[in-house]
Amino acid sequence: MTTTTRVIDTDVAIVGGGIMGASAALALRRKGVDVVLLERDLCGSRSSGVNYGGVRRQGRPVSQLPLAQRAHQVWANLPALIGTDGEYQRSGHFKIGRSEADMATLEAYANLSRDFDLGIQLISGTTLRERCPWLGGRAVGGSLCPDDGQANPRLVSPAFALAARRAGAQILERTPMTSVEHDGKLFTVRSGNAVAVRAPVLINCAGAWAGALAAQFGEAVPLHSGHPAMAVTEPLPFFMHWSLGVEGGGIYCRQVARGNLILGGGAGVALDADSARSERSAIATLAVQAVELLPALKNAHFIRTWSGTEGYLPDRQPVLGKSRTTHGLVHGFGFAGAGFQIGPGVGEVLAELARDGRSTTPIEAFAIERFLPDPQAAVAEVTSTAAAH
Amino acid sequence: MTAPTLQPVIVGAGPAGIRAAQTLVAHGARPTVIDEAARGGGQIYRRPPAHFARSPQTLYGTEASRATALHSTLDGLAAHIDYQPNSLVWNAQAGLLDVLHGPTQTTRTVRYGQLIVASGATDRVLPVPGWTLPGVYTLGGAQVALKFQGCTIGRNVVLMGTGPLLYLVAYQYAKAGAKAGVKVAAVLDTARFADQLAALPGMLTQPAVLAKGLYYVGWLRAHGVAVHTGVRPVRVEGDTRVNAVVWSDGQAEHTVPCDAVGFGYALRSETQLADLLGCRFAWAPMHRAHLPERDSAGRTSLAGVYLAGDGAGIMGADAAEWAGERAALALLADHGVKVDAARAAELERKLTKLTPFRQGLERAFPFPTDWAAHAPDALVVCRCENITAGELRACTRDAGADEMNRIKALTRVGMGRCQGRMCGVAAAEILAQATGKPIDQVGRLRGQAPIKPIPIHLQAQATAAHDTPAEATA
Repeated sequence: MTTTTRVIDTDVAIVGGGIMGASAALALRRKGVDVVLLERDLCGSRSSGVNYGGVRRQGRPVSQLPLAQRAHQVWANLPALIGTDGEYQRSGHFKIGRSEADMATLEAYANLSRDFDLGIQLISGTTLRERCPWLGGRAVGGSLCPDDGQANPRLVSPAFALAARRAGAQILERTPMTSVEHDGKLFTVRSGNAVAVRAPVLINCAGAWAGALAAQFGEAVPLHSGHPAMAVTEPLPFFMHWSLGVEGGGIYCRQVARGNLILGGGAGVALDADSARSERSAIATLAVQAVELLPALKNAHFIRTWSGTEGYLPDRQPVLGKSRTTHGLVHGFGFAGAGFQIGPGVGEVLAELARDGRSTTPIEAFAIERFLPDPQAAVAEVTSTAAAH
Repeated sequence: MTAPTLQPVIVGAGPAGIRAAQTLVAHGARPTVIDEAARGGGQIYRRPPAHFARSPQTLYGTEASRATALHSTLDGLAAHIDYQPNSLVWNAQAGLLDVLHGPTQTTRTVRYGQLIVASGATDRVLPVPGWTLPGVYTLGGAQVALKFQGCTIGRNVVLMGTGPLLYLVAYQYAKAGAKAGVKVAAVLDTARFADQLAALPGMLTQPAVLAKGLYYVGWLRAHGVAVHTGVRPVRVEGDTRVNAVVWSDGQAEHTVPCDAVGFGYALRSETQLADLLGCRFAWAPMHRAHLPERDSAGRTSLAGVYLAGDGAGIMGADAAEWAGERAALALLADHGVKVDAARAAELERKLTKLTPFRQGLERAFPFPTDWAAHAPDALVVCRCENITAGELRACTRDAGADEMNRIKALTRVGMGRCQGRMCGVAAAEILAQATGKPIDQVGRLRGQAPIKPIPIHLQAQATAAHDTPAEATA
């Protein structure tokens, strides 16, 4: 039996329908650029749709703050842009300190990020107890970023793909990329015999699975998968509007309008290359920390736990920028469990890179060459190896 | 290899679990039997609390001898098994089960070498407007009230839906009611009488069971209980509590005053444990469900994991006993223990012979495949999250959702305390109707731990007792 491959010519091909790829597709359409996106499953069904839902600038490396600020503006206009508020709220993000050392770290971050005007307030002592009587005893204070917040990733990430489709992007779901070729001018991305997408520009937003594509073009990076452990309680009377984090990590937690508390922290376990679940011991650890942080949770029930598969690079910073080997290839992956908030900003940056070849937002810190062998060093190594023999 | 080297665990102490345990013990093994109930017997032969003084005859009627036989089998095994009642398996991974003990509010981890999952079934629910009113129960719930607590769900009760349980519960209520002043206001069966006639040939393969069914219907009619077939439930009425049921005969609507309703459309398998373990699932047309795959002996796609009873497909109590024994024999044989091959073959024959009868039941009490077409937009499908049929349809229309996990993600259907056990069947029917896809094509909700909600502080204990938690880093 022969099948006829559907050939689609377009300006930009995107691999991966998470929040990065989908928001890039939308941003490109808003610039009038033709775009085809291939997603092997359903858009926003992996990390982008199953993450914690924190929309947080506070605590990010300063190198990410320009991107985070750009995204912050997109979030402000979310309903107009994607047709839903996605349960997005600027409810405040409160990072808890459990020691004076933690408080010093939080204060240092507030100073470090001052140029970005995040509006951070340090709260401790009586004020803390007055403002959040529900906090457990170990919290000595914390750092509040009032305009950070939370959203529902299950709604937001697929909505970006839908909005892109409404804006004229071709979104091909259940269409896994099986091969990609480059003839010097055009990329040809195939999904078996079903589809061949040809475009001069290719954006790699394949998340935890982006490494193979990069490697094929001579840019192997040490990308590995991570699986956050997540859990949600039954609905409880609403008591907490802040999204909580803890200095030094360990647990994060928010309460949605419906009343459920969503908690994350620790690692899940991979079931196979594509799926993961919360590790038993991680959920138990999360439970201990949750009760310590919020004693009211003691008698609440967990009703569901889950995990996802995210891409991590050793420095926990993404790769975002143009390929150093292949003209027209653009990378955007490795967001290390912190991509949701910056996603819509990344989408705009990717669209700029695809159309104009450069971004108006500084992204030098995320260049892929930080993982590539320095050509001169490589030459030196070859020389010294030769000398040793 | 000898049986004592095995480390078998059985989850569920209903007909399948008890016969499996008996078989393992007979071959020298010492199984752990984990049972969610306080006393073994399963749902169908559920035992009341120990101090209740009602005779098996009163409780189980024509099934008294079967119930008694199973109970005494389990009691007789006490010295040879590790029986853990009041224990909910809430999470699992290869070789490990997390178990919550209700009375002491503690959780512990049970290791297994081999596992027989006999997790049973719950009612198959198809909502009707008004079904969330106080006073509305499932048929199984109505029966549990009677058998376990010795009380009824109301004094003037409508029983509605379809399936053998409909008539059994009606009979039990009508009989119990004679003394207690409880009345069955009506039995409303969505199956047509013609369906039952057409099913007779297949059901004649089990004449005794068929006779029991006919006896219930005859008894009800003889005792003046209104039995209507071919009905379509329209709504349950009431302000603070149910006070009437409205049904349609296709021409006109009829109202039956009542103070309680029991309803259900046969049963659905409890498959979450098999799902968490990673058993492969397949669509089972007769059951209209995605079920864990098993061979004729009960082997799943995972080595060392076996299925028996209604948890693997609704086949009834007798089949559960045979399947439990068969799965235990398979477990033993797979691990080098010599078993009676003739007995194994006989059990498989008995199970195979039951299939025409089971198909007959489907013909006699067909699933109302037009249910979704009649479900109004305002109908609450998911009562945990208050999600209506209209919201599900809108999601399909506006966001293109065509698969169960996607519609769950976008609407919250199946995302509440029941995790889809109650609403999943109906949501799938609505999704299939809205997308125009066949029901087998809309997928199934992925199982996620915990199988049932579990208090947070118990999970904290589990860490302290059994794991050395890695330093959290996120």
